[in-house]
Amino acid sequence: MNGNQGEIREIRFDRNTESLDLSFWPGSVPLKQRWRNNGLSADFLGDYVTTFFPLDENDPATRKRQSEIRGAVSFIANELLENAMKFHDDSLPEPITMRLCLQQKEIIFQQVNCAGRDATEAFRAFVERLGSSDPGELFVQQLEQGAASEGSAGLGYLTMINDYGAELAWRFEPIADNGFRVTTQVILEI
Amino acid sequence: MQSLSGEGYKVELDAETDSIRLIGALRLGGLAEYAPLSQLLENALDDRTKLTIDLTELEFLNSSGIATLSKFVISARNRHHCALAIRGSEAIAWQGKSLKNLKRLMPALELTFE
Repeated sequence: MNGNQGEIREIRFDRNTESLDLSFWPGSVPLKQRWRNNGLSADFLGDYVTTFFPLDENDPATRKRQSEIRGAVSFIANELLENAMKFHDDSLPEPITMRLCLQQKEIIFQQVNCAGRDATEAFRAFVERLGSSDPGELFVQQLEQGAASEGSAGLGYLTMINDYGAELAWRFEPIADNGFRVTTQVILEI
Repeated sequence: MQSLSGEGYKVELDAETDSIRLIGALRLGGLAEYAPLSQLLENALDDRTKLTIDLTELEFLNSSGIATLSKFVISARNRHHCALAIRGSEAIAWQGKSLKNLKRLMPALELTFE
């Protein structure tokens, strides 16, 4: 069993698709310094998409919609970048990448990082649990357990699903040196 | 006034009004980095019968921050003695999406939006 969950879309760069790509090697500067880039990048992506949801002064609903889309993109991108940075194995030969793709009815995030065998196994187990649980219940369960221990694993993914109605998928591909390329995809309906 | 601050955020405890204001964007790297904030929140529950958390100027909170706030709400619920109120803003998108979950953790929580 490969542990994949859901389907990772193949992005077609047609006239209805706008996209942005980021890629970086987190080891090139200390994590603490690198961390602030998550926020900068996430806010940039949030601001970027607002161009496609213009304000109409005669329609107050457009302001709310723009603010909601900016907030959702910024939150999701920040979580994906934080997770990538926490779990990426810098000894493996591929960078962290993040693609934001804006289509007519959806925003698609695809984030890729590399991880060693043990980290990948642990993450797959979480992904499987996520796929077979009620996300609302799992959220409360994680927090109630977290109140006793220190765990908060996966809370970002659960927030995307529960609060933003996002659809998540994962792909695990073996690469050199016992490593895996882990792709996380988040689809947000707009 | 007791306070905490870092790049892009500020937290202030006002003992006179029994309130804590969180301001800016909080995206610290995990629960350990949120420990000083957790401690400030927990300590504020001591010897109080009411406490208000004012989030009306908190533009961004990452999932570790959501976990920290949620754990605090669970703790306030379990300690019984302090009535907890949270003030949010309708103008800040994440709050409309995520603050309602705190009500699930503590039904007695007074959650208001302005």
